[in-house]
Amino acid sequence: MNQRVADCSARPMIEVRDLTFAYADQPPVFRGFSWTAAVGEAWAVIGPSGCGKSTLLYLVAGLRQPTGGQVLVEARPVPRPRASTGLVLQDYGLLPWATVWENIALPMRLGQFYRDKKTLDAEPRPYPQPDLTPAQVDRWLTRLDIAVQRDKYPSQLSGGQRQRVAIARSLLQQPNLLLLDEPFSSLDALTREDLQRLTVELRAETDVTTVVVTHNIEEAVYLGQRILVLGKAPNTAARIIENPAACVPEFRGQPAYWQQCAALRAALAAG
Amino acid sequence: MRRRDLALATLVLLIGWQLLAWLIHREVLPGPWEVAQAFARALLARRGLGWHFLVSAWRVVISIVISMLLAVPAGLILGQSRALDRFFGPMIYIVYPIPKIVFLPVILLLLGLGDRSKIFIICLVLFFQILVVVRDQASALRPELIYSVRSLGAGRRALFRYVYLPATVPAALTALRVSVGTAIAVLFFAESFATTAGLGYYIIVDSWGRLAYPDMYAGVMAMSLLGLLLYFLIDRLERRLAPWMFVKD
Repeated sequence: MNQRVADCSARPMIEVRDLTFAYADQPPVFRGFSWTAAVGEAWAVIGPSGCGKSTLLYLVAGLRQPTGGQVLVEARPVPRPRASTGLVLQDYGLLPWATVWENIALPMRLGQFYRDKKTLDAEPRPYPQPDLTPAQVDRWLTRLDIAVQRDKYPSQLSGGQRQRVAIARSLLQQPNLLLLDEPFSSLDALTREDLQRLTVELRAETDVTTVVVTHNIEEAVYLGQRILVLGKAPNTAARIIENPAACVPEFRGQPAYWQQCAALRAALAAG
Repeated sequence: MRRRDLALATLVLLIGWQLLAWLIHREVLPGPWEVAQAFARALLARRGLGWHFLVSAWRVVISIVISMLLAVPAGLILGQSRALDRFFGPMIYIVYPIPKIVFLPVILLLLGLGDRSKIFIICLVLFFQILVVVRDQASALRPELIYSVRSLGAGRRALFRYVYLPATVPAALTALRVSVGTAIAVLFFAESFATTAGLGYYIIVDSWGRLAYPDMYAGVMAMSLLGLLLYFLIDRLERRLAPWMFVKD
């Protein structure tokens, strides 16, 4: 990691303050929960099904609103999704009627769609960037090794290729925060490891802050320099496991890696 | 479908028709050759079959355009807004299965005998069929797809333009392809009385009325051609606008 990240590592990217969240007619998932993620950090969020880890991600993404307390991204609340937050979901979220290239170019089209609106609102809405170019689309297409598939439709791709398209699409708008919700859970083991390595590489290339939600212990240890462990709802306090050696491609399979996996497993079992 | 297969199917149907004509051997069922001659003659006549064909085609096409323009946006809105759908859903549920054609007498009284009443009744039939398909398609979009596009910074208008519209237009075309037969049947019925133009008039009043059977079948052929042409056209449009639905893995 370069110096820029070290310099601003104290600045928070995500601040969750005294968060309470409950789905309608259900007991709260979070109660008085606080958590901070600094700029440039690599986080993994792990916990059993129904613990609220995806909910936390959706709150940070601006797709859900807290029942109580605050969720801030770059010191501002997120009443709606910001274009500078990328979101990658387990089932890819690709447009089935658009080719690979068109799917990746969607942020560019959205930017053009809103280009003239940008000046109208007093409060600058987090519109997508208006000046993305086809050349940038091509660059990400090549970087994610899916140039051969550029004119295919999502239904013609493998799961791993689809997720590469989704990642390319969210990176096109140069996000400073990338949220991944169980991104590789439906992929086979080798493809999953492949994409985990790619995530590590892309992080190094873009300095993006990452939060990976997963139920997979090894994935959490490989991708999270800091691991947030959630337990049974309601979550009231953040349990954090430090894992500074993560996020380098060679980490997988080292003794330290297996030790961390064992430690995380113990933490999860303790609830 | 390959052109050769279509030609072959046409040939088989024509042979079947000819055999049936020989078998029944009555004036009510002339053979294809006789009908083809009548068709050519009627086509060339002044204010003949060609003109009636154009009148009917105009009525169906304009009805399709109007009902699409009304039903697609309405379906999109209902599919997106749970509150609106809760209000209108039950009404649509009740009205949908009513055979709209039974209102023809009322519509004729209100809108008169001209084009307007015919176009209105076809629109009424098509509107609900397209509306329901588009609405269901729009509300069946996976939330993950909406979430991921919203996360790219898309607001309501952009979602409409880049997600809901492309997702539902092919569905609307499919609904249209299925219901174009109904539309023509409704048109035939509406044209078969109290009018002086259109294929329905030509078949029922102009030919059947004076027992000119070959002429009547010429009209039937023209009506079939109209249906076939529209079917082809919509099929083409579907392939053009929704190529992703036809790709092979």
